[in-house]
Amino acid sequence: MKSLYNFIQKFSSLFGKGGKLESLYPIYEMGEGFLFVLPQKTKTGAHIRDSIDMKRFMITAYIAMVPAFFFGIFNAGYQHFLSLGQSATILTILLKGLLIVLPIYLIVLVVGGVWEVLFAVLRKHEINEGFLISSFLIPLIVPPTIPFWQLIAATTFGIVIGKEIFGGVGMNIFNPALVARAFLFFSFPRSISGNSVWTVFGEKTIDTYTAATPLAVVSDTVTNSGGIIQILADKGYTWFNMFLGTIPGSIGETSTLAILLGLLLLLITKTASWRIVISVIAGGFAMTTILNLIAPDSSHIFALPFHYHFVMGGFAFGTAFMATDPVSSSSTRQGKYFYGFLIGAVAILVRTVNPAYPEGMMLAILLMNTFAPLIDHFVVQKNKKRRLKYASQ
Amino acid sequence: MKKFKLRRGYDIKLPGETVRTIEPFTLPNRIAFKPTDFIGMKPRLLIEPGDKVKIGTPLACDKNNEKIKIVSHVNGEVTEIVRGDRRVIQMIVINVDTDQHEKEPEFAINDLNKNSIIDTLLESGLFFNFVQRPFNKMANPADTPRDIFISAMDTAPLAAESSLILQGNESSFQKGLDVLSHLTSGKVRLSFKPEETAFSEFKNCELYNFSGPHPTGNVGVHIHHIAPIRNAHDIVWTCSVQSVIHIGRLYETGILNQEILVKVAGSAVDRRYYHRTVVGAQVSHLVKDLNENSRIISGNVLTGKQIESDGFVGYHDNLVTVIPETTEPEFLGWLNPGFAKPSWWKTFASALLFPNKVRTVDTNMAGGHRALVINDIYEEVVPMSILPSHLIKSILVEDIEEMEALGIYEIAEEDLALCEYICPSKTEFQQIIRQGLDLIEKEG
Repeated sequence: MKSLYNFIQKFSSLFGKGGKLESLYPIYEMGEGFLFVLPQKTKTGAHIRDSIDMKRFMITAYIAMVPAFFFGIFNAGYQHFLSLGQSATILTILLKGLLIVLPIYLIVLVVGGVWEVLFAVLRKHEINEGFLISSFLIPLIVPPTIPFWQLIAATTFGIVIGKEIFGGVGMNIFNPALVARAFLFFSFPRSISGNSVWTVFGEKTIDTYTAATPLAVVSDTVTNSGGIIQILADKGYTWFNMFLGTIPGSIGETSTLAILLGLLLLLITKTASWRIVISVIAGGFAMTTILNLIAPDSSHIFALPFHYHFVMGGFAFGTAFMATDPVSSSSTRQGKYFYGFLIGAVAILVRTVNPAYPEGMMLAILLMNTFAPLIDHFVVQKNKKRRLKYASQ
Repeated sequence: MKKFKLRRGYDIKLPGETVRTIEPFTLPNRIAFKPTDFIGMKPRLLIEPGDKVKIGTPLACDKNNEKIKIVSHVNGEVTEIVRGDRRVIQMIVINVDTDQHEKEPEFAINDLNKNSIIDTLLESGLFFNFVQRPFNKMANPADTPRDIFISAMDTAPLAAESSLILQGNESSFQKGLDVLSHLTSGKVRLSFKPEETAFSEFKNCELYNFSGPHPTGNVGVHIHHIAPIRNAHDIVWTCSVQSVIHIGRLYETGILNQEILVKVAGSAVDRRYYHRTVVGAQVSHLVKDLNENSRIISGNVLTGKQIESDGFVGYHDNLVTVIPETTEPEFLGWLNPGFAKPSWWKTFASALLFPNKVRTVDTNMAGGHRALVINDIYEEVVPMSILPSHLIKSILVEDIEEMEALGIYEIAEEDLALCEYICPSKTEFQQIIRQGLDLIEKEG
């Protein structure tokens, strides 16, 4: 490996200060940084530094999403054959799923990567590994039937408007992946809502296949003496298969199990803030409890218990991978409790009160992204006031 | 006695601890004074290379206040004036005579009132033993500090034990405390670890116990918890245990004697002992059989200054740390599960599985600079009511009012050194804090 390292180092003068390709330095830095942890010596300040860097941090978050990604591949294929009424071997299911999901991922990766590199070169900053995360998140939160041109438009919007115009990773107000999804949601509603977009259908669809997502099912005003859980069960949705994730939905969000695996990794590696995770769940639970108490009857969506809310739609996915985004979330420890709690509460409120937006999680997180600086302001103000108090003594 | 138990912070476990044996006193061949050790001093030379100096001979004075002097504490000959950029004086090097018996006239020590003490300390050069907060710079003799804080506990990696520095100097330390008590309008406040009971016997000062991980031993943390600095004009002085001993010794004998205890530690040096020598000793006198490719630091690994193998120990330092320099690139490092990576984070198998194992640390940056992304983790290593990332950002945008409101007067570089260590964006916290303090001084 030493020879490869020396080979790369030969080019450093070309890309370095005064080199011919100085303007392309960010690309060189990315490639070099990808291959090697450089033996770069500390110059100022602390002589030793933690082994962590942004690359490691982002890679950890990336790995945490891999179970959801793999399950998404499986489920895309699984739903396809389920709608056809055919049984298929696991291999064919995975192959079909791969054919559906991989192009989506590659498109987002290339489009997102091009924008990131372009801005890094123009603005002369390093290529930030954050784009790896955004470009992994976007495929996981779109339906498997998303038209490619819309995906390209949404990725561009998410990366450029959601991130780069603010100055890149670390400066953005909103989660870029959610901005991309919101863009799809409001610009191409037919591609991302309704009952027909969550499954890649074949030539025919069998009658018994439920294409509607569980959230769409509970939003329908149907009464059933067995209550809301029975309504779901009639459509084939039990808590367990929703937890497992063998249901129609966005590619990566259906399996709560796979998401929890990732969340576990995020929490034990300190990559995600446990304060946010706990408070999102607490907020969702509190709001659900209130709604349960005021539910007009047992088949009303208000009557749905929290453990169902948690496994339906994007709640778990948003809790694990979106609300915990360190950049767009509240930047103070105390602020994170409020931020998380309100996300949980608002998400449940939106999805139950407004049937037009069954997916409340996305809107709740974007809304709280907006309020995160305000929450921080109050926390920082509190810190300052305490100081002012003893300053005036 | 008030007790404080602090929870936040982090002890970096470094290999290369020193055996607890003290080598007998030896005089180095050369010593040096580094005016850069006294933040805020603009030196004017009073000697030239070739001049003979004696104990008590002034070597340089401050351009703004000629009473503030660097004073030789050995007999010898000035051999070299090392200058840096723009001819700023970096070092005054002195060849030490083997015969130190010829003493200068004794200092006036019988008059214990504030003005005469200050005069004596200025005359003997020991006034530099005081460091002022806010701004973490050399004290101004015209000030009367609200309090004087002494931290008798150093929690930094591989730091010298305060009780060893004290050992055999108890009476000098008490004398020093007595002298200090005349200088402040408030109290002399001494903080130490509960287990170091040797410090609990001292009089003429307020005693405090602090326990917790680094930076609990930092004097800034003590000030914050005992009596916080309120504004730019709320001046307190700080003084190390060693410095109090020097002042006490002067007042016991009337003779300037800056003998110190220096600990040599770190994984890149094999012979690790406590040495008795004098302030400013040449490091080659203490560090022998140096491993190749190693870095010598005067001070600890977080806040110390790098020195050459023929360099000199800093005025305020009781520690020389020697650690290996980084040399080898690591192929696809981001894929490495990291069984041997030292880290505060848990993204490496090492930190996850064996967090208490001691691991060799070299001088690798271990990553490139990025924007600040994760903002609330820094609070976990700062046991004060400070929001480090918000403070840093206010400094970067040069918003002085905001810096003041966020508590810049309460901290010095060393208090946020751990933030710099754990930062995944490799932000230079200490440098930024210094910029902020300098900016306020300039504008104010």
